[in-house]
Amino acid sequence: MTPEDLKYSKTHEWARLEGDIVTVGLTDFALEHLQDLVFLELPEAGAPLIKGESFGQIESVKAVSDINSPVNGEVVEVHDELVDDLDKLKADPYGEGWLVKIKASDPSELDELMDAQAYEKYCREEEAH
Amino acid sequence: MPFVPHTPEEEKAMLQAAGAGSVEDLFRDIPGEIRFQGELALPPGAPEWEVEKAMAELAGKNRPASSGPFFLGGGTYLHRIPAVVDSLASRSEFVTAYTPYQPEASQGSLQAAFEFQTMVCELTGLGVSNASMYDGASAAAEAACMMRNINGRKRKKLVLSAALDPFAARTVRTYLANLEVEIVTAPLGRDGRTRLEGVVDEETFGVLLGHPNFFGVLEDLPAAAEASRKAGALTAVQTRLIPLGILASPGECGADIAFGDGAGLGTPPWFGGPSFGFFAAKEEYVRRMPGRIVGETVDRNGKRAFVLTFQPREQHIRREKATSNICTNHALMALRGAIHLAALGKEGIVETARACLERAHLAAERLAALPGYSQAFEAPFFHEFALRCPRPAEETARKAREAGVRAGIPLSRFFPGMEDLLLVAVTEWNTLEDIQALEKALGGVS
Repeated sequence: MTPEDLKYSKTHEWARLEGDIVTVGLTDFALEHLQDLVFLELPEAGAPLIKGESFGQIESVKAVSDINSPVNGEVVEVHDELVDDLDKLKADPYGEGWLVKIKASDPSELDELMDAQAYEKYCREEEAH
Repeated sequence: MPFVPHTPEEEKAMLQAAGAGSVEDLFRDIPGEIRFQGELALPPGAPEWEVEKAMAELAGKNRPASSGPFFLGGGTYLHRIPAVVDSLASRSEFVTAYTPYQPEASQGSLQAAFEFQTMVCELTGLGVSNASMYDGASAAAEAACMMRNINGRKRKKLVLSAALDPFAARTVRTYLANLEVEIVTAPLGRDGRTRLEGVVDEETFGVLLGHPNFFGVLEDLPAAAEASRKAGALTAVQTRLIPLGILASPGECGADIAFGDGAGLGTPPWFGGPSFGFFAAKEEYVRRMPGRIVGETVDRNGKRAFVLTFQPREQHIRREKATSNICTNHALMALRGAIHLAALGKEGIVETARACLERAHLAAERLAALPGYSQAFEAPFFHEFALRCPRPAEETARKAREAGVRAGIPLSRFFPGMEDLLLVAVTEWNTLEDIQALEKALGGVS
């Protein structure tokens, strides 16, 4: 079930816009494929972010994947408690599993992302490979 | 698992399955013009005893370190290696083992590596160690890269001590050559210690120094680590395992990373190699460590087992974002080092370190008393020291060699302006007679 009110990136991050604050997390699809999570690395509050570049890492037993920012901006809040409770991330990826809140320098950058339907189609195509 | 070669029948069956007529067929995709044509320049076969005689004659031109009074150091040291090292490390299961990716077939190597890591942690006073590096010089470069990884986002300066092992310093510069890093040298003080004031600042991400340093001098490590920490920089220390038997550990002194070359531990000088590197860091940095790491776990029957861990950080999985491009290590050499350490034990390593320290200080005292000779640096040293000679050190070393004594390394080989300094190393290997022979040989050159 892909939430309708969110936007999605090609690297499987979701984004929610409230005012000029963008909340970012990882999608269910990404977490399913990562399987057993062992470590999460997040940036510090105040860190500058560049659209499309990595701000953190999620590690499973098989791989370490970058988590990319969908927008340019600055980190204003980091969900630090999640680092010690990765089960919460898997259990509620779109709610309690939020990773960072970003003050976007240009919220319209989110228009470049996919909506729920486009993302679901994108995932089906990825699985087919 | 011992090594078992293929039989001709097995070879034939494999060639058939691969659709090839001969082994030569398997190379047919390599263009003819880049393949070597003709015969290799090897003489025709000779009887075993003729070959043995020819080789023995060649080898006879060498003078092994053990053949007379030997005081050469500079990164590789002559220590007494117990016979158990050769006898265990030469077992075919160890000699022919591949990287232990399959834990179910490699518990022996994995456990040995885990024990090696444990001993390195105990000696360096740091929380985590890897299963070994190629050598101390590449370990230095990896330490620099790791400090940059952790602390180099905004900071661009690396401080290298002028008293760092020159091979390590050169290797660090090579590794960082194409990165946006400014390498600054912290100068050598008159007392033989590195001067960090005015060099380490808010732009510095890391400081690299030796303890003992290349001149055998012991730095004020707690002060250096504190100065570094105050400026927001990390500290990596190049050190050695035998001295750590009695020195305060780098971890205790505030270092973030400790590494070095194991040459001498389980590995004779061997004309420069092979040896192994060791590498340890504070536990919080485990995810930034280069190299293989062996972990302890339980199998599905609840029995203790060992396995390679943190593999997603390695280059064969993480590729260009890996902690390092290292993809192997000197496992067999590290094993020799581990067996040597285990044979010494907690008491033996203290005794060995003490013997090195005492004999070196005895030698230094007696040599400095010879007319025209003096100690170059006044800071405390461990078992190696720079001796100021009345004649150029190159000449002094050569004349001593002609008298049958390998007296030391002329420092002008690495440092311009040190033409009169000879680097003398003394270990538990050297007897009082050796030291007297050294005294006599040097006394004769003035």
